Order: sequence, then C-alpha cells, then structure tokens
Amino acid sequence: MSGSSDPAGFGGKPQAYDPAAPLTPTGNLRRRQIFSKVTEYMATIAALGAIAVLVIVVFAVVRHGADAISWDFIIKGAPEGVAPALVGSAIIVAIATLIATPLGVLIALYLNQYAGRRAAGFVSLTMDVMNGLPAIIIGIFIFTFMVKKQGTLAIGQAGWIGGVALSIIMVPLIARGTQGVLRLIPKSQSEAADALGVARWRTVLSVILPSALGGILTVTILSIARAAGETAPLLLLTSNGDISRVVLNPLEALASGPVRIYTLSEEANPEGFTEAWGLSLLFISFILFASMGARALLARSKRKTSS
Amino acid sequence: MSSAATPAGSRAAVRRRDWRKRGDRFGDAALYIICAGAAVLGALVLILIAYEIVNEARPAIDKFGLGFITSTEWKPTEQFNIFGAGSLLFGTLLSSFFALLLGAPIAISIGLFLSQLAPKAVRGVVAPLVELLAAVPSVILGFWGILILAPFVKSTIEPALHDTLGFIPLFGEPQTTGSSVFTASLILTIMIIPIISAVSRDLFMSVPRELQDGASALGATRWEVIRGVVLPSTASGVIAASLLGLGRALGEAIAVAQVIGAGSEISFDLFKTGDTLAARIANQFPGALTELHIASLYYCAALLLVIGVAANLIASWIGRRFSYAGGELR
Repeated sequence: MSGSSDPAGFGGKPQAYDPAAPLTPTGNLRRRQIFSKVTEYMATIAALGAIAVLVIVVFAVVRHGADAISWDFIIKGAPEGVAPALVGSAIIVAIATLIATPLGVLIALYLNQYAGRRAAGFVSLTMDVMNGLPAIIIGIFIFTFMVKKQGTLAIGQAGWIGGVALSIIMVPLIARGTQGVLRLIPKSQSEAADALGVARWRTVLSVILPSALGGILTVTILSIARAAGETAPLLLLTSNGDISRVVLNPLEALASGPVRIYTLSEEANPEGFTEAWGLSLLFISFILFASMGARALLARSKRKTSS
Repeated sequence: MSSAATPAGSRAAVRRRDWRKRGDRFGDAALYIICAGAAVLGALVLILIAYEIVNEARPAIDKFGLGFITSTEWKPTEQFNIFGAGSLLFGTLLSSFFALLLGAPIAISIGLFLSQLAPKAVRGVVAPLVELLAAVPSVILGFWGILILAPFVKSTIEPALHDTLGFIPLFGEPQTTGSSVFTASLILTIMIIPIISAVSRDLFMSVPRELQDGASALGATRWEVIRGVVLPSTASGVIAASLLGLGRALGEAIAVAQVIGAGSEISFDLFKTGDTLAARIANQFPGALTELHIASLYYCAALLLVIGVAANLIASWIGRRFSYAGGELR
C-alpha cells in the first residue's frame, strides 16, 4: 500500500507528489486512529460484558428454577411450596408502599412547589443520604426502635414492622422520581391556573397531581420492584414467620421470599437449593417485568409531555 | 349565577366567596404544612437513626473506645467477650475498593459507549438492560454467587490469576472453597456497575456538542475528543458517581455475607475469606450472645453509618461544588 510508504516525505526520502495516491493516514495519525478504535472496541465490549452478566445470572436462575416451579409450588406451604413467603412478601411490600408513596409524593411536592433554594438543597441532601443508607442500618434501627422494646428478637417481630423498614428505603426513590415527573409538567399549566385566581392547593390537587399521576404510578412500581428484593431489614425484623401455612395478619411475623432464599442459601441442602432457585425465579421475573414495564411507561409518558 | 342580579343574592354570593377564600387560605396552609412536615419527617428519621445506633452502641464504646477500630479480636463467647472491628473494617474497605477498581473503569466505559458511540437504537436497548442489572435483588445475586460464581472462581479464575499475577500479594494461593473476598468483590462489582454507568452516561450526554465538534474539527480522533473534552469537563461528576457506587458497595450486607466466607483474618490476599461490617451484622445480629456482643454490632453499624454517609456527602458535595456549568445536572 502506498500509505505505508510515507508519501509526505517526513523522515524518508522526498518523493514526488502523487495526486492519485489514496489518502490513508500514516505514522502518528495512523497510530492515533488505531488507538482510538481500540478504545471504542473496549467500551463496546464493556457494555456487552455487563449485558452478558445479566443474561448469565437470569439464565442460571431460569434453568435451575424451572425444575422447582409447579402449581403446588406456588399455592402450597412448606414442604411442597412457598405460598407463605409469596403472600408474606406481598403484604410487607404493600404496607411499605402505603406508607412510602404519600410521603414520597408530598416531599416531592414540597421540593417542587414550596421550598426555597436553601430548603430544597437541604431536603434533597437528606433524600440523597437516605437513599445511600445501607439497608442493614435501616433494619437495625427499626429493630431498636420498634422490635426490641417489645421483648427479645423472637417475640417482637411482625410483618408490618418489616413494611415500615422497607418504606424508609422506598421514600427517597419515590420522592426523587416524582420530583423528576413534576419537573416535566409544563409551567404554563399551573400558570394558567394562577391566572384564573385558583388557590395553590386547588392547583396542586386538580392540575398538577392529575397530570403527574401516570409518572407517579411508574415511579412507585419501580420502587416496589426494588423493595420486593430487599433482604437485610427483613432478616432482622420478620425472619421467623411460619413457612408451612399462609399468614395474612401483618401483626404476626411473616415469611418473605428474600429471607427464605437467604436462609436456604446458608444451608447446604440440595432440596433447599432447588426451592431457593424456584423462589428466585418467581421474584426475578416479577422484578424484571415490573421494572421493564414501568420504564417503558415512563419513557412513553416523557415523550408525550415533551412533545 | 342569575341570583347575583338581586341584592339579596349578591350578599349570599359575597358570603360564599368569603367562605371560599377562607377555605382556600386553610387549604393552602394545610397543604404546605403537610408537605413541609413530610420533608421534616425525613430529616428527623435520619437524625433518629444516628442517635439510636450510637445510643445502643454506648456500652461497647465505653468499654473499647476508639481502640475498637484497630483491634482485630472478635470473641463473642462468655469467657472472652472481647470485640474489635479492625478486620471487619479492613475487609469492608478491601472488598469495596477492589470492586470499585474493577467496576469504575468498566462502568465509565459503558457510559462512554452509551453516550458517544452507540447509535440511538442500540442505546435504547443497551441502556435499559444495564439498568436492569441493578434491579436484580442482592440476595439472588449472592445465591448465584455461592452456587455458580464461587466454584467457577475457585476452579478457573483463582489459579489463572495466581499463575500470571501471583507476584502481586493480592493474588495468593488458590483456596479450597470459592468463598473469598475476591468473589465478594466480583458480586459488588456487578452491583455498582449499573449505578456508576447510569450517572456517568447522563454526565457525558451533558457535554455540549459544539465543544466536541470543535475538537473533532481540529483533527482529534474520537478517543482524543473523549480524553481532551468529555472526561476533563465531567471528571468531578464521574468521581462523585464512583463514590456513590463505593457507598453502595460498603453497605451491602446480604450478598457479601453469602459469599465472603466469614473469615476473621487481616490479609491482602484476596483469595482468603474475610468479612465486612455489614455482613457481620447480618450474620450475627439475629443470634447475638451477650449484651456487649449486641452493643459491639451496633458499634459496627455506627462505623458503617459514618463511612457510608461520608461517601454520600462527599459525592453530593462534589456534585454540587464542581458540577459542570454548561450542562444540566441532576
């Protein structure tokens, strides 16, 4: 190739200018371009690698979990099935959602509607710190605050207390997400309400919240998906629930999926592993579908509001 | 409406308007108080968490003082009753920093891929998939780690790393089980990559197109645009994102407890077992033996709280202080 023959003449013998020679980079430029290409490939490989890990994990769960799944597995208690853990998780997460959604939305409204710059900075800082709080710390705190005062570990446990702990994890997620949704609502909407002399609270209730409702819903689903897999707080707060029968009373200790998976994973028992794979499959499919669906909805509603 | 024409009706209308005004004033105040109350409640919970944990740790703080941080003895049985978090603190920092060392470059590369290289259609598929990685519950990741990753690490990765990089003390002799600080770090790496890559992608997207085009017009290659324009203008944000990931890694209890093997030795050898503050709490809190044991676990929680909150505060401070002026940051 004439590209490698150094046509510009740096370093080598001067050559006659050949206008027909193809413009291929040489020397330093060629090296720079190759280096650039290599870094591009590495970045692509990094992205593919992350997806590969996701696929490997999900594939392992599906392959091993499929053996365990049957109708009995879903609707019966131990030893055949895991219904108590499923129902327990549902109740705990429902309680957490009932607490966290109003609080999160109100905090987002405060940030969006009322807070001055300093107050907003302070409140979003507390939300950031709360979001970064290790789940085990939240668990140990709620344990001290609500379980310990009622007696020893075994006695004071209750499903609703686990729900309270999960709500502390959900509040910052919902607040941050809702704040993002509220920011997307066109200012002209609330300005139109202001111009008509509508009071602020009526504007919030009848203009802002209705148009944010879809977004709040998806944000809530996303945080439910996050809370459903949380183990550490439940391990301290509601770990000795009955796994042989379905318990509906949240004042009792409830079994839950993540805690059950954790317990089984710590025992070296092949049958237990199969059960844990099955539970993992149920939870991972719920969580992945919920977050994918919510994300798709969120993207759609964002497109709608921005266009 | 029509009654407003008659004098009597207008008086009623005035009264009605009065009522509505009063109602609005009440409604405004009520909504404000509820919203501000929720915000204050959040702050109160944080303060309460810090207070309760330090309060419960008091017996251990009185007994061991700051020596708790450096002492490596952890003997929970009645006759010894000695506790020190030195090895736990070491394990926490070692596993988290190794995870960050491994994860941050990969995550930043993913951020670059998504923001600079990928066509829009590819980005629309890859970005949500990477974020889904963050949605996998830690307990399932840990369970997968025990049964699939750890045996693989033991049979393949550990010998290979020991043979090629064995001169670095981090990669010692392969061990009998796959439970090790190394395996825990790999799990943590998987957990922090989506966090760091999502934030850094947003940062890179905020770099103005004109600056990059300017560099390209001067003859810079794609890498040189990234190296010369994109990375310098977002460096502080990338560091903040990494600190967020670090905070997440430091506090992860469950997945680490599952794969780290609950060792109590201080060793730079990643293939040995170890333990972290969070994992020790998750492991021993439910079956704690003595008052002092519980108090020591609270002391561990207090240390974890300080480190975790510090990482978050520094991240948020960097994010605010050095945020890129040209782009919109969240």
